[in-house]
Amino acid sequence: MLTCKEVSELVSQSLDRKLSLRERLGVRVHLLVCNACNRFAAQMRFLRAAARRFRELPPEDDTGVRLSDAARGRIRRRLDGQR
Amino acid sequence: MAKPDPPKSALSEPHTWLERHGDALYRYAFFRLRDMDMAEDLVQETLLAAFQARADFAGRSAERTWLIGILKNKLVDTLRKHAREVSVDALADGPDAIDALFNDDRGQHWRTPPAAWENPNAALEQKQFWAVFRDCIETLPPRQARAFVLCEIDGLDGKEACKVLDVEPSNVWVMLHRARLRLRQCLEKHWFGGARGK
Repeated sequence: MLTCKEVSELVSQSLDRKLSLRERLGVRVHLLVCNACNRFAAQMRFLRAAARRFRELPPEDDTGVRLSDAARGRIRRRLDGQR
Repeated sequence: MAKPDPPKSALSEPHTWLERHGDALYRYAFFRLRDMDMAEDLVQETLLAAFQARADFAGRSAERTWLIGILKNKLVDTLRKHAREVSVDALADGPDAIDALFNDDRGQHWRTPPAAWENPNAALEQKQFWAVFRDCIETLPPRQARAFVLCEIDGLDGKEACKVLDVEPSNVWVMLHRARLRLRQCLEKHWFGGARGK
């Protein structure tokens, strides 16, 4: 039987590629008896859904991350050179 | 911070774009690239390209949305341009970080089994959840963060992601798996672990 470590890897990869029949069966058998990995699998599906939803959110206005003054000056000069 | 202009608007003066949108563009770029130089470079390339393309602005979207669209197109170029230097930091954390999550060398069982998350879908409706989600992504090692944001949030397909990140598909899967393990832990600790609302 596959270990929890192997199953967690395959569950994650199942979001990114089609698993082989053998891999799918291995995961399914493990999930029949392992509560922890079932939770993990549900959480992976949740992460995928959350990421998709995050994509639709408007960009946040202020997270404290700002263009540095040096970069701002550099970009300003480069843009002015353009005109 | 200036709000984006309403739709159907004309463009503002190009020389005001850096002031109006520079920080927002930089935030968007930095979240995806996790590298100051690259993000600054991308903001500059975006504004230059926008200046060249200003005649094409159709007024269907707000000015900032238009600029972010240009930035998205330039993002892949920027990553490719920097691909070599980006590759140097290797796969960030080694296999140990994953091994530590399991109780023996073979990884038979979880050391700390994933907890039951109570009604996770309700979290999607809460503003604070998204702040935690963003923070968790920001604490990932840069390469994992880049892979996760490009593939899972920006929706690049596997092949495109491999090209942009300059790695084999199996490496992308490894990076995504590591990113997900960390995000899972982070969300469990900071949101689903009962710390909510405290």
